[in-house]
Amino acid sequence: MDNKILLAHGSGGKLSHDLVKKNFIQPFSNLIIDKMDDSAVFDLNGRIAFTTDSYVVSPLFFPGGDIGKLAVCGTINDLAMCGASPIYLSVSLIIEEGLPFSELEKIISSIQKVATDTGVKVVTGDTKVVNQGSTDKLFINTAGIGLIPPGVDISGSNAILGDKVILSGAIGNHGIAVISQREGLRLKVPVESDCAPLNMLVSDMLTASNHIHCLRDPTRGGLATTLNELAMQSGVGINIREDKIPIQQSVNAACELLGFDPLYVANEGKLVAIVSPTCAEEILNVMKHNHYGSESAIIGEVVTEHPGRVTMKTILGTSRIVDMLTGELLPRIC
Amino acid sequence: MCLAIPALVKSIRDHDAEVEIGGISYRASIWLTPDAKIGDYVLLHTGYAISVIDEEEAMETLRMMREIEVI
Amino acid sequence: MRFIDEYRNAELGKRLIDRIYQSSTKRVRLMEFCGGHTVSIFKYGIRQLLPPTVEMLSGPGCPVCVTANDDLDKVISLSRLPDVIITTFGDLLRIPGSYSSLQQVRAEGNDIRVVYSALEALDIARGNPEHRVIFVGIGFETTAPTIAASILQAEQEKLNNYHILSLHKLTPPVIKALLDSGETKINGIVCPGHVSTIIGSNPYQFIPGNYGIACVVSGFEPLDILLCISMLVEQIERGQPGVEIAYRRAVRPQGNQQALRLIEKVFDICPATWRGIGSVPDSGLKLKQEYQVFDAERVFHIHQEESREPPGCLCGDILRGVKVPLDCKLFNTACTPEHPVGPCMVSSEGTCAAYYHYGDACG
Repeated sequence: MDNKILLAHGSGGKLSHDLVKKNFIQPFSNLIIDKMDDSAVFDLNGRIAFTTDSYVVSPLFFPGGDIGKLAVCGTINDLAMCGASPIYLSVSLIIEEGLPFSELEKIISSIQKVATDTGVKVVTGDTKVVNQGSTDKLFINTAGIGLIPPGVDISGSNAILGDKVILSGAIGNHGIAVISQREGLRLKVPVESDCAPLNMLVSDMLTASNHIHCLRDPTRGGLATTLNELAMQSGVGINIREDKIPIQQSVNAACELLGFDPLYVANEGKLVAIVSPTCAEEILNVMKHNHYGSESAIIGEVVTEHPGRVTMKTILGTSRIVDMLTGELLPRIC
Repeated sequence: MCLAIPALVKSIRDHDAEVEIGGISYRASIWLTPDAKIGDYVLLHTGYAISVIDEEEAMETLRMMREIEVI
Repeated sequence: MRFIDEYRNAELGKRLIDRIYQSSTKRVRLMEFCGGHTVSIFKYGIRQLLPPTVEMLSGPGCPVCVTANDDLDKVISLSRLPDVIITTFGDLLRIPGSYSSLQQVRAEGNDIRVVYSALEALDIARGNPEHRVIFVGIGFETTAPTIAASILQAEQEKLNNYHILSLHKLTPPVIKALLDSGETKINGIVCPGHVSTIIGSNPYQFIPGNYGIACVVSGFEPLDILLCISMLVEQIERGQPGVEIAYRRAVRPQGNQQALRLIEKVFDICPATWRGIGSVPDSGLKLKQEYQVFDAERVFHIHQEESREPPGCLCGDILRGVKVPLDCKLFNTACTPEHPVGPCMVSSEGTCAAYYHYGDACG
């Protein structure tokens, strides 16, 4: 019984076939993937959303999740941010030889769990095995297809003056959870990644109102970068209030210790919604009733000043610019 | 200069102290503050406790600010 | 978080601001020396709260910004040696040297690791006995004793693959050099907070004594800074410049004696080159002879090309408080955080970076 993945598992022969059957087809089993054809074949009617993403996180396992959960949630969320209901996923793996089977199994199991919980099906995929050193243990690419209900028009360029900005919960959890795993840091941080699928949350929001103009999930680069992207895409200014932004005490403390600004720390289970002011409260209410939006808050609004830029009212009542992230987020001593 | 944050000393072993802030804990070094005791707050800078916080002075500073009278 | 949240109270902040407005009649220029203060001032928009009579100027207190190109080039040369692991604080990673940066050198395949503490560098040395670990010692008197402690710990453990490149600098001598140059015209100094936990407030006595400039040691939270400014204004209004401590919960006049002993045990004082200022006597630290096995300068043969300053960069003038970032033609044109020309733009607490990220960049 092999306990580590070998180059032979990627060479297309019997070992490859066994790997795919046991670690891919069987866990994801559905009518499409069970056919084991070269392509997934299905009918779809309507406006289609299509997205792809690659996941290279290290370490593979972190408090609150793993690369598999991250990958499938990430792609489901990209579809959800366009208002689409996610339907099908592809999962492609690039595996470094020597990766223990047990780790691959855990990761596949994580993907399967999210798929089952959200009703999304993995219908096709690929596995490759590469020499040691060619990749960092495991890279995953996922692509996703979803359907956008008629009448839904959500885009980063739709924000208009007066719109309210809603954040679905506390920031910084994912970035801090991952960095706390860094070896040698001597830090114990009881923070879990917030990695989560947001399609049901978005679905609830769309049921409450069709005046949702923009949706985006603030992943790498954090809330600040996402707000800047939206401001630039829509050509508007955005103003937020520091005292309205939810953050967990331990995330805040970890940021203070390491010298990070929480506005730039990655999230994997949060969304920013820019909505019409007339239905902001209603949407907020519906979000708070969803498990993944229970700490939602209105954090700001769209303004005429400084188009393309984001400002923040500080706890002292002064105003400062919130820029995009430049370079990597690095711990600082000063 | 520099970033330093106040953290509570929870336990001490040789030159190391387990300090806590906001629910997170760090294994700091007390080479620079060998007199730190359990229950003290220390300023943590790049993994080392650089000063023991004087709680009375902290209270005094806040009290002074609260008593500022503005005409 | 205790001892942090209380000093961010908006209502108390308002009282301090009102007091400053009330007491300030003369135009004054205050310089915050420390980069951490520069960041706090911008982060909380402190300048917007002050009366027009109080002008704030940023000084050379960012240890990364004042590191000369020559020293940065030295680090880069060391990183290219075989079997060397460079461990560095994150602040240094993207700073441009004459020809490259640590980030670029890392992309070339050299082993460069960002650490939060010298303690991690020691761990890396223990875990990699066949490699030579060099820790880049930047920082002022706050960080120097931590590096000294790490050397003593390495000595205790007989760890023979742990080395330090000491680029540490001292605060009072550079304040003196700045004031002696006569270019920087200020009435008061917001004295560094955490440097002062180590050296105390006594070393600043020469400033009011010889130059008639007011000094107050400040903490980093908004109330700390406002309290400090309020005390500076009052000293200046009274015409009685002296040295006071606003950050009394952390700073004593005599400093941290144990930390000072550690510095004295491990380091000698030496001249140091400060970007924008040049060579300042007795303003740097180098490892003592008896610790030479830990001294990267002595242990490794450093080949480096001749250093050069980037043309057009005003970092030097900005560090001395003689110019502001908006005076620089490169600011926000050729020089941005993504493509920095000088360190002031890329260092997390460089003045240009603060202006760019927090405001004033777009008019």
